[in-house]
Amino acid sequence: MAETVVQPSRSRDLDKLLLRPGNIIGNNFDPGQELRDDLAEYVKVLVVGAGGLGCELLKDLALSGFKNLEVIDMDTIEVTNLNRQFLFRFEDVGKPKAEVAAKRVMERIRGVNIKPHYCRIEEKDIDFYSDFSIIVLGLDSIEARSYINAVACSFLEYDSDDKPRDETIKPLVDGGTEGFKGHARVIIPGVTPCFECTIWLFPPQVKFPLCTLAETPRTAAHCIEYAHLIKWDEVHSGKTFDPDDPEHMKWIYNEAVKRAELFGIPGVTYSLTQGVVKNIIPAIASTNAIVSAACALEALKITTGCSKTLSNYLTYNGAEGLHTKVTEFVRDKDCLVCGPGVLIELETSVTLQKFIDLLEKHPDLLLSKASVTHQGSSLYMQAPPVLEEMTRSNLNLPLFDLMGKTSKGTIHVTGTTSKNDTKTSVLRKLRVFFKGVDGVTDMDMAGGA
Amino acid sequence: MIRLFKVKEKQRELAESANGGAPIKKQSAGELRLHKDISELNLPKSCIISFPNGKDDLMNFEVSIRPDEGYYLGGNFSFSFQVSPIYPHEAPKVKCKTKLYHPNIDLEGNVCLNILREDWKPVLNINTIIYGLYHLFTEPNYEDPLNHDAAAVLRDNPKMFEANVRRAMAGGYVGQTFFTRCM
Repeated sequence: MAETVVQPSRSRDLDKLLLRPGNIIGNNFDPGQELRDDLAEYVKVLVVGAGGLGCELLKDLALSGFKNLEVIDMDTIEVTNLNRQFLFRFEDVGKPKAEVAAKRVMERIRGVNIKPHYCRIEEKDIDFYSDFSIIVLGLDSIEARSYINAVACSFLEYDSDDKPRDETIKPLVDGGTEGFKGHARVIIPGVTPCFECTIWLFPPQVKFPLCTLAETPRTAAHCIEYAHLIKWDEVHSGKTFDPDDPEHMKWIYNEAVKRAELFGIPGVTYSLTQGVVKNIIPAIASTNAIVSAACALEALKITTGCSKTLSNYLTYNGAEGLHTKVTEFVRDKDCLVCGPGVLIELETSVTLQKFIDLLEKHPDLLLSKASVTHQGSSLYMQAPPVLEEMTRSNLNLPLFDLMGKTSKGTIHVTGTTSKNDTKTSVLRKLRVFFKGVDGVTDMDMAGGA
Repeated sequence: MIRLFKVKEKQRELAESANGGAPIKKQSAGELRLHKDISELNLPKSCIISFPNGKDDLMNFEVSIRPDEGYYLGGNFSFSFQVSPIYPHEAPKVKCKTKLYHPNIDLEGNVCLNILREDWKPVLNINTIIYGLYHLFTEPNYEDPLNHDAAAVLRDNPKMFEANVRRAMAGGYVGQTFFTRCM
């Protein structure tokens, strides 16, 4: 294996990981030059975000033997990014981050191909995401993480024993930083907890009472939020505030200053205004570098198996001294996003009404008064009356038709279960299979159209 | 996993033309939880919910409240709800669409209700918020003012406050401010 003379790659350190056998390795680790070549040829990585973490990630991944990278980011470069988003120069201000970042890394690292996407993550369809071997996140919002997590989990399929099918697993590596603190985590949908399993990890957002802002401001942040949440609407009726418009931000700042003067409160600055309105915590370049390095290494470990992966959540704190810790979080077995759901097999003729009756008798569910949704459309709602009325006519239709005549699908139901005379309300995920329609669905649809 | 990607790549080349996997509309976790909230709504007759975008957009809806007691008896007040995909991590954004004379609701429709901001918790739900809003009409309070003038009148002269509320609801001026009829 490793004793044969191999051509030294530009990254000797990588070769030490990929060309030699080891002890603490992942499943199916098969060291050798082929592995290194396959990494370059077959692995396609999507980096989400080309900001502070994204710049580091692209550089780290490109230097770790990944050759096919794509990057998606909707932002353009601002002058305040330049201190840490090291791929950008002063003359790049105003240009799309994804495009400039991709270009700069390709200029510096031979043989790497990076395709930029200057758009919102929601603009890409599911096929776009399905194409990648692994997705690495360098994001700053819960919304975006939750979205990508849902996308990755939507590929996941379970077999009839509720075991995840390997070929449907889309691994995620998520990095995040806030000032001197950061985290890196590995999400293997179906195996380790997904983002939604542990959403409770996020502390609640700090929101000031509106009446405090209006009546008794005590801090600079109160004055800024007053201008942002109350004064803006009062003056610009109907016009929505755009935090990315410098004119708008300047207006908020000026109003906040006036308010602060009125109440004798010090400390309103333009950068604090931006910070409060956009919820920004000053970014530290070294935190990004450390978290990104951890993420890139995990991506390499997941794809090549050269070492066991992080299980599954690393926190880093460099505020006072240095502290890192790995915590193994556990999955929420009933997670609506990554969980298997309850498997139900049905005849195509079963109507929605009959299906709802069935749920009441199903031994794993015992769900009465079910409301049913399928991919964002309400099939039947028990309440409120206005929705009950709008969905009532679906009750007599076959569920198969309502679910778009495909052989399988996921639906969600809410209702009540009774155990020992106590009723609890539940929300459950169901995997519905229809008997005898596999493979012929497309033809049927074409014939009927 | 690399072997898996290799196999997949081969399969993809073969299957490329056969069928490009069906695009799936994903439902956010927030949407699912909201669906549960909505299906379990238990509202008094005085509160009516409606869905301007139809049955498949539950994330944006309206609630109209017709208080059956107190200063605001007989009025009809409409609120818009905007629910985020990360609900219930984040509270819904609620605005009052009816211009009204109220100590805790300003003329722009901002509402000062603790559970909408500083006291929001993921265990609360849409039902709780609607009851909270209803409560603002039966028990307006001058201690958390958003409309400073209205709060001062309520505190110092409840009789006059009552008259002002009546005038505003019937359509007319209170001080310099004009209110459209909402009865």
